[in-house]
Amino acid sequence: MNSEEKEHKLLKGLAENDTKAIEAIYASNFSLIQALVLNNNGSYDDARDIFQEAMVILYEKAKSSEFQLTCQLKTFLYAISKRLWLKKLKHHGLFVSNTDLSLIEQVIPVEEDLEIAGQKDEEFKLMEMAFQKIGEPCKSLLEAFYIKKKNMAELVELFGYTNTDNAKNQKYKCLMRLKKLFFAQYNSKKSDYE
Amino acid sequence: MSEQFIIESFERYFNDEMLPEERAYFEQIRTENQELDQMVVSHKIFMDKMAAYAERKNIQSVLNSTHDHLLKKGAIAEDQKKMSKGKILQLWHRYKKTTAIAACIAGLTALVISGVISTFGPASRQQIELLSRDIEQLKKTQDYQYTQIKEVTKMPEGAVVKSGGSAFMIDGKGYLVTNAHVLKGSSAVVANSDGQEFKTSIVYVDNQKDLAILKITDSDYQLVKTLPYDLKSNKVELGAEVFTLGYPRNDWVITYNKGYLSAVSGFDGDTSTVQISLLANPGNSGGPVFNKFGDIVGILSTREANAQGVTFAIKSKEIYQAIDEWQSKDTSAISPESMHTDRNLRSESRENQLKKLQQYVYNVKAYN
Repeated sequence: MNSEEKEHKLLKGLAENDTKAIEAIYASNFSLIQALVLNNNGSYDDARDIFQEAMVILYEKAKSSEFQLTCQLKTFLYAISKRLWLKKLKHHGLFVSNTDLSLIEQVIPVEEDLEIAGQKDEEFKLMEMAFQKIGEPCKSLLEAFYIKKKNMAELVELFGYTNTDNAKNQKYKCLMRLKKLFFAQYNSKKSDYE
Repeated sequence: MSEQFIIESFERYFNDEMLPEERAYFEQIRTENQELDQMVVSHKIFMDKMAAYAERKNIQSVLNSTHDHLLKKGAIAEDQKKMSKGKILQLWHRYKKTTAIAACIAGLTALVISGVISTFGPASRQQIELLSRDIEQLKKTQDYQYTQIKEVTKMPEGAVVKSGGSAFMIDGKGYLVTNAHVLKGSSAVVANSDGQEFKTSIVYVDNQKDLAILKITDSDYQLVKTLPYDLKSNKVELGAEVFTLGYPRNDWVITYNKGYLSAVSGFDGDTSTVQISLLANPGNSGGPVFNKFGDIVGILSTREANAQGVTFAIKSKEIYQAIDEWQSKDTSAISPESMHTDRNLRSESRENQLKKLQQYVYNVKAYN
């Protein structure tokens, strides 16, 4: 198997949430990004955040059907991480003279990917905010159902409902509240753009 | 139909859990009922966002646990020592020999170069040079000038010039300011731009500020009523044009030089001095720094040894402070107020300014 096929397989694994593939990508790329961040005024935690953000972008890209990686995985992750870290440095006003100049050079164009990622980020934050606002037990209930993908029977057991109908009712009410909270923000954000 | 039922139907519809007939029925009422259709669309958006949210949440937690797992396994590291394990170590192994040879050559070259420099280069490697003329330099010209000076010099016979520099008048009664490092000897004579010498006494020295005050004690000296310049203690702006007069040349001809304020602090962030971009030479020490109106804003003192045109000047505020201190110790001291004048040369051309100013800039020769 040549390296191209190997990478293709890894990406497919990533899109399918395959732990082995994720681990393989992580192990062979993390150190490079860590060195990049550490050499440019970053901490270990920064490196971890940046790399994982880049991984999320790669993951979401890998999931979309029209996805095609035109360069090596490493190059892509490096380019994305570079831009993300540069953005963060600028945001904190940390862009100082001892920053490695190669940080500014572009490796491959990733503008589009970053733009899409930025939009997804916004929506993610909106949803996160809505989740934070609904409070307990709604938060745990919805997270258990929609994120951890528990079924109704498990919910009954976890949250101590008397029966599934009861759980369904509760879940419905919570969902409606979350929806309202989300759209209140989402529509106002949208009208900002218009 | 309750809303809950509708929503649940939506979910079943999206999750493909409806039977074919039910699905057809649902799609039919969707086309008929605009309101319902809108609800479906907005719920679909919401559920999509929710799914994206869930996906991201999940991958984040997977990534986090992967990170921790790999850390434990030692595949990645979060401390400097272990980190070199990866690519850097590989590169090191590959290029170990080349690196060693390169390092040897570099080390050898460095040794040779430093040997050459220490043998042939100037002995002093101070970062800052005082701008006073040194005795070594003076020695060379001493014999040559001796005949000329002999008749007019007011130095005692057999006196050896130790150092020299420039000075300028701050009081018409004959008080001059110069650098403390200019006065290496125990006494000094000063000469005006015409070469006429006057005996002086050193009345005040502040080695820390590197400032000294001389008084002309010579009976040949004619008092000056008012000086044509002020001693300005306010801040000079970056980029402001400045000029100086001094005696850097071995033939002791007054020399004009022009530059600009290039930094508001001096060597190594020293706030009592400013940096001036101006080519100064030994002998300029103690010379006045004028602003473009011909008022004094500082006194030249040092330059950076390994950079051309980087000169440092003591702010005139420091001169005021020195005079204040002198006053507190000595009742015969002049008062700082005497250094103000209305007769400045603001509207004069530079040539005319220099013609006037050079009368008050003196050449200092310190001897033992």
